[in-house]
Amino acid sequence: MAREAFRENMKTLEQDLISAGDMVCKAINRSVTALQESDVEGAKKTIADDQLINKKRWNIEEKCIRLFATQQPVATDLRELITVLNIITDLERMGDHAEGIAKIVLMHEGQPLVKPLINIPNMAEKAIDMLKRSLEAFVKRDDKMARVICNEDDEVDLIYEKIYRSLLSIMIADPKTITRATYLIWAAHNLERIADRVTNICERIVYLVTGKMEEINVSNY
Amino acid sequence: MNTGITDKIFIKEFCLSYGEKQILESISINIPQTMITAIIGPSGCGKSSLLRCMNRLNDLVPKAKVEGQILFNGKNIYAPDVDVVELRRKIGMVFQKPNPFPKTIYDNIAYGLRINGIKEKKRISEIVEVSLKDCGLWNETKDRLHTSAFELSGGQQQRLCIARALAVTPDIILMDEPCSALDPASTFKVEELMVKLKEKYTVIIVTHNMQQAARVSDYTGFLYMGKLVEFGNTDIIFTRPREKLTENYISGHFG
Repeated sequence: MAREAFRENMKTLEQDLISAGDMVCKAINRSVTALQESDVEGAKKTIADDQLINKKRWNIEEKCIRLFATQQPVATDLRELITVLNIITDLERMGDHAEGIAKIVLMHEGQPLVKPLINIPNMAEKAIDMLKRSLEAFVKRDDKMARVICNEDDEVDLIYEKIYRSLLSIMIADPKTITRATYLIWAAHNLERIADRVTNICERIVYLVTGKMEEINVSNY
Repeated sequence: MNTGITDKIFIKEFCLSYGEKQILESISINIPQTMITAIIGPSGCGKSSLLRCMNRLNDLVPKAKVEGQILFNGKNIYAPDVDVVELRRKIGMVFQKPNPFPKTIYDNIAYGLRINGIKEKKRISEIVEVSLKDCGLWNETKDRLHTSAFELSGGQQQRLCIARALAVTPDIILMDEPCSALDPASTFKVEELMVKLKEKYTVIIVTHNMQQAARVSDYTGFLYMGKLVEFGNTDIIFTRPREKLTENYISGHFG
């Protein structure tokens, strides 16, 4: 079989991408848990570990560039490489969003949360689930699955809306909470952005399978 | 649908055989005017044979038999009353290896003009200059026009062969692996030249070099075992081909 080396390289790249996805899922989970439990150490670890995600991104990008330069891929091979390159960029930014949530823990400077968190962990759970399944859709080259996941972004947007309104009410009722409530809105906003980036990944999967670029679900935020 | 593209050559259900051996099977392609069309495919798929059929070079092959039509300016080039010499003037050919005549640079170009009845020296010199300029070879050769063409580098010789083809004002230039004997720098020069040529001429190129087809051509046809598998816009062929066979060939995944 011709070009076995190229296929091997692509397989390794795919595994690297999945492992980067795992790192990001863990980072999101850890950052939200740290926020929920006001765990400064957990937050610091998430912030430090973001460097590992960044490193992984550069590593994958470098491998892609090497394959572009040496193999001059076309057709599906080309679309696969482009997709990997795009997905890793989105994953890296998701890592930054997780880091952003962890920083909010530190910004609280020991003060308690304005309310116990329920919707933010739900939102994180949904976003992580979407991310995991989007990577599964990538491995399976399943554009239908990708489209379904894209549409689930609306659920995340709804939770965000709910969080926003509830925190607004708290701020109106007690203006002393404005700073801390705003921090939580930022945290929720980071999660909302993560889900948006999952839709980017899904759009790339559709491109990979069909060769067509299309915007599948336009976020309202 | 009017795409604004005019077709220059219509190949209609064209078949070629050498004795019992079928080389091309019912090929139908419309070659667009003033564009570069690349014909790709594995060795022995019939791509060079198809190219040679377009100016009837296959007439010289014993037992060659053709069916179907190749229409050029609305006329079947295989019609009995076609003047083959005139046809080959209109549809010029550049070969794999540069094959200048054992003459001076000047005479390589002047030769075709003289046998086409142009005798006036001033006119010949003008055409030599324009042809060499069109091929980006004028500055490199203007001070040594009367030295042997063999003193030029391989890449320069190939561009001289293209200039020679241009001198007799063809409509179409057929190129059979024109860069396969050239180094990368000369290859890029010839490719640049092809792109420039399509302002005036229709170019059809046969190449084994996928990247070359992708770089220079507007349309690509993929031939496999004498059949046309796919023909279409080069951008599409190289990003999302319709046929799995095309995909496997251009990606190098033939098993």
